[in-house]
Amino acid sequence: MAYLQLQGIEKFFGDHRAIKGIDLTIEQGEFMVFVGPSGCGKSTLLRLIAGLERIDHGQLQLEQRDITHLASSQRDLAMVFQSYALYPHMSVYENMSFALKLAHVDPSVIRQKVQRAADILNLGPYLKRTPRELSGGQRQRVAIGRAIVREPKVFLFDEPLSNLDAALRGQTRVEIAKLHRELGATTIYVTHDQVEAMTLADRVVVLRDGVIEQVGTPLALYDQPANQFVAQFIGTPPMNVWSCSQLPANVLNHCPPAAKQGAMGMRAEHVQVGPFGQGQLAGTVELVEALGAETLIYVNTDHGPLMVARQNPRSSLRPGDAVGVQLEWSQAHWFDANGLAVRA
Amino acid sequence: MSIPNPTPLNLTQWLRTVAAWLVALLLFFPLGWLLLTAFKTELQAIAVPPEWLFTPTLENFHEVQERSDYLLYAKNSVITSVVSTLLGMLIATPAAYAMAFFKSKHTKDILMWMLSTKMMPAVGALVPVYVLAQKSHLLDTQLALIIVFTLSNLPIMVWMLFSQFKDIPHETLEAARMDGAGLWQEWRMVLLPLAMGGLASTGLLCLVLSWNEAFWSLNLTAAKGGTLATLIASYSSPEGLFWAKLSAASLMAIAPIVVFGWFSQKQLVQGLTFGAVK
Repeated sequence: MAYLQLQGIEKFFGDHRAIKGIDLTIEQGEFMVFVGPSGCGKSTLLRLIAGLERIDHGQLQLEQRDITHLASSQRDLAMVFQSYALYPHMSVYENMSFALKLAHVDPSVIRQKVQRAADILNLGPYLKRTPRELSGGQRQRVAIGRAIVREPKVFLFDEPLSNLDAALRGQTRVEIAKLHRELGATTIYVTHDQVEAMTLADRVVVLRDGVIEQVGTPLALYDQPANQFVAQFIGTPPMNVWSCSQLPANVLNHCPPAAKQGAMGMRAEHVQVGPFGQGQLAGTVELVEALGAETLIYVNTDHGPLMVARQNPRSSLRPGDAVGVQLEWSQAHWFDANGLAVRA
Repeated sequence: MSIPNPTPLNLTQWLRTVAAWLVALLLFFPLGWLLLTAFKTELQAIAVPPEWLFTPTLENFHEVQERSDYLLYAKNSVITSVVSTLLGMLIATPAAYAMAFFKSKHTKDILMWMLSTKMMPAVGALVPVYVLAQKSHLLDTQLALIIVFTLSNLPIMVWMLFSQFKDIPHETLEAARMDGAGLWQEWRMVLLPLAMGGLASTGLLCLVLSWNEAFWSLNLTAAKGGTLATLIASYSSPEGLFWAKLSAASLMAIAPIVVFGWFSQKQLVQGLTFGAVK
């Protein structure tokens, strides 16, 4: 049974149709991530669910109850904002207990719940401080704590890590994943960072221009992208894509008929760079990125854009070296003229 | 006695200090003169050359109260300025809230239109306002002044509060909504505490403006509903020679607001400069 259900949700800003009829079902306890490039409508969709923007068309149901036009304050959802949005005039304790106070919860129960959340988030020593006296990471934890104490039906996260530095971001990501495992709460998490999406999500929703491009588990999106956009958006480095018309005849032989006017995609790990003369394509090395555990080799092949290969052994190749490129046909992705995936 | 001076002033600093003192004295001179004259007799007040050393007298104050019931005018001033300020805040705060947090494409136009009403000289609206007051039997009443003060201060109030609210992050209010706060709770527990400084300075400024307002007080009120501005004016033209009493009346009129302004100057300055440094 669906826990949170979106049916034909639409949102207009003036004449601009920002969200174009979204249908989505989220199960209880699921960690759902909305991901997409900036301006794709992911934050707007989250705000529609939160009730911070008005839904123009469609229906939103939580536990079979219609909440489409319910005020935010009555939806029983908690949100963690990108800017933390703490109350600057209140202490950490007051920030975290605010919602419970509004709900007229017994003070001793409030104390207990705040203390528990503070223990989980290591905020115990800071309860008396104001947000101004905390670091960015601590503020973020307070914002999360404020959501936890309420035990809401759904947690909403709006790019919660983008104001943190890289090291702290990785650490907080792990903490959020751990927290979700412990609490088992239904969560919707918005990010533009596909690594966050891949590492945190049970399922990922890829959005573009207010439309869902694909919904699936992180690996399903990686292995079976529904279209060229998802293929190139998910995964680092992005999938190599060449227009079929640019490919040499020996490569084109493998192309399914439906993709003749379309494109071929190949993940970097399925591209092998070897000595000149080997493989299907010839090219020259443009750039070598040695990342330690893996090496990314960018090769110019005269057949479309720069191609990137990922290999585990360290490489002695230098920019300008002539090389041969071997493609793993079994791993090729094919797309038709409209960019939709074609199964070979 | 010598005060140690680690860095002797150079010429520019000297000039700057002298200029600052000159400007300060120039600004203070009328007020100082008023203060001195209020404690002189009428004869001493018009003496040429002016008398700097004299025995101060409270006779003028006594006479002002005797002749024209200072307390009545003071009461009118207090009531009109306080009530008009409170009323103005009551209208301006929701207006500024709506414009700051629920911006539409016409918000800017509305703000400009409000400001534009302050560009017209008050005398331009004198006849219609006077006729309206007369027809509704409000001439020489506190109510007439309260209405006019409230309306004429509204644009300033909305502007000041708007720029104050604008600096409060929307997300803080949205967070309160997500936490289950209704509109009233959002206001009382989040918006008002965060905007307290701006609200206070806006209120203070409008209180001072209403207190000092003379044009409408003179034209719409006289003996019953008149404010202290009316009291001062009654000592000027027909009895222009009574400088000492005029000074005493003026001093009594401005003293409360000067004392008030002195104690609230921190709030006032903060209110007038917010938004300037960002």
